[in-house]
Amino acid sequence: MHSTREEERILKGELGEGTRKALELLVAIGDAYDADRMIPISRAHAASSGQEGDLYFVELLAKGGARCRVPTSTNPVYDLKFFDKLFDVPRFEGDVARRVMKAYEQVGAVLSWSCIPYMSENIPLYGETVAFSESSATPYVNSVIGAKTNREAAQSALAAGIIGKTPSYGLHIKENRRGTHLVKVDAALNDEFDYTLLGYAVGREVGYGIPVLTGISRQPSTEELINFCAMSNVPGAISMFYMPGFTVEASTVKEAFQGDKPKDKFTVTDRDLKQVYEQLQTTSGKIDFVMLGCPHYTLRQVEEAARLLKGKKLHKGVSFWICTSATTKLLAERGGYVDTIEKAGGHVVVDTCIDEPCWIAYIDKVGMTDSPKCAYYRRFKEAVVSRLSDCVEAAVKGRWK
Amino acid sequence: MKKSEITLKCHKIIGGYGEGEALVSHEPICFYLTDPKTGVIRERNHELAGKNLSNKVLVFPSGKASSVVQIDGLYKLATRNLAPKAMIVKEVETVLVVSAFLVKVPLVDRLEKDPFEVIHTGDIVKVDADKGLITVKKRG
Repeated sequence: MHSTREEERILKGELGEGTRKALELLVAIGDAYDADRMIPISRAHAASSGQEGDLYFVELLAKGGARCRVPTSTNPVYDLKFFDKLFDVPRFEGDVARRVMKAYEQVGAVLSWSCIPYMSENIPLYGETVAFSESSATPYVNSVIGAKTNREAAQSALAAGIIGKTPSYGLHIKENRRGTHLVKVDAALNDEFDYTLLGYAVGREVGYGIPVLTGISRQPSTEELINFCAMSNVPGAISMFYMPGFTVEASTVKEAFQGDKPKDKFTVTDRDLKQVYEQLQTTSGKIDFVMLGCPHYTLRQVEEAARLLKGKKLHKGVSFWICTSATTKLLAERGGYVDTIEKAGGHVVVDTCIDEPCWIAYIDKVGMTDSPKCAYYRRFKEAVVSRLSDCVEAAVKGRWK
Repeated sequence: MKKSEITLKCHKIIGGYGEGEALVSHEPICFYLTDPKTGVIRERNHELAGKNLSNKVLVFPSGKASSVVQIDGLYKLATRNLAPKAMIVKEVETVLVVSAFLVKVPLVDRLEKDPFEVIHTGDIVKVDADKGLITVKKRG
């Protein structure tokens, strides 16, 4: 790989040990893919987590004096001060989370602690070259926004944010953005939960690839697209997709395949969605809690939850959580939604997600969620998965079906 | 006369040197699905379920699973000195590169021959990633 004079200086350690480590990682990735050079990026998103592997790398960079050169936002971890008041968070795990958050602060990251930073805190533009980790953010950035990013690990995205560059490979190259699977959607898509099921069905069938979806009859909403992106990456690895006419990069199916033939074709029917729905349930009956906001709820979703909860009281045996970003919660407070949710007995919590050790208290419990991703990575015993309105109904009754 | 040792060229991804007994998997590996205290693969239905990958030269087609769990899985093994001594793969992806980089395990691909034909579980394999060479000494 060609390196510039500046890159050589960095590799010699002239700009500090942290910056050197970051570039060494990018060079290794570039070597793996035979990239010929590094290309500049304008922003990054590091899928930080409260895990040891993540802690090791970000502390290595922070102690080595590295600082982000381009805006680099962060994924949910959790605020130990908040959770310590509620549950007995294990000391060791809690300490990892606290140190991770401190180290990201030291490297000058944008402390969004959100998995949908492209909504508010770190928004790529069409055509921008970026490095966005978080499997649900990667396809959104590539397909809905039309910026370019590879499927990154938290560490490679952080390293890219530190150096302000990424190796030129994969989805940064036009030919690699070609569609692979032609998917005919022959199913009713009425709300964002239907897109959740669609994403799951498509991801499961495609595995690793770039699906091109036809048969979508209206412009999907922001939330529908967020759900499609997140859920297609539960059973599959979908870093990009096309819905010609609705996503930006190709206006026709032919253009999405760049003139090539699809590697494979399949149809998704109402029956497939129903089958996915049934497969997601591990139990029914009494529930102990409802967990929403995987991915983080948008302001519109928090508002919808508040509308459904207005004037109601949650069942006394059910806890009710909505995970979102600090930015969204601020606006939801201004709109009075947080107040409505809290009056009903629910909570709106920021900076965290279900896949964090802070939820240890639910390890033996039955949870209900509108997110198959939340159910898949669950830190609780059994899961019921259904749309938001069903979750609210069950939270009031204390049971589902 | 047939030599019991063969040397093959390969492509370095993560440098370094490692040697040990080969453990060959025809299926992708997820390090999160190993026991972090022993290195025993506990993924149900995996061809190597019950086998121990610690301190082996691991030969496998590719990695799998989400970036967070894959990296954390290998990292946890490495903190107990249970990581593989080296890794030989057919296909790399970003997450595997990051995982190997963090724990400083040599990682190579593009052997001049199909690794599944020339390396078998139990062979003694030396991986000199920096020189781009591996040596295989047949077992027995």
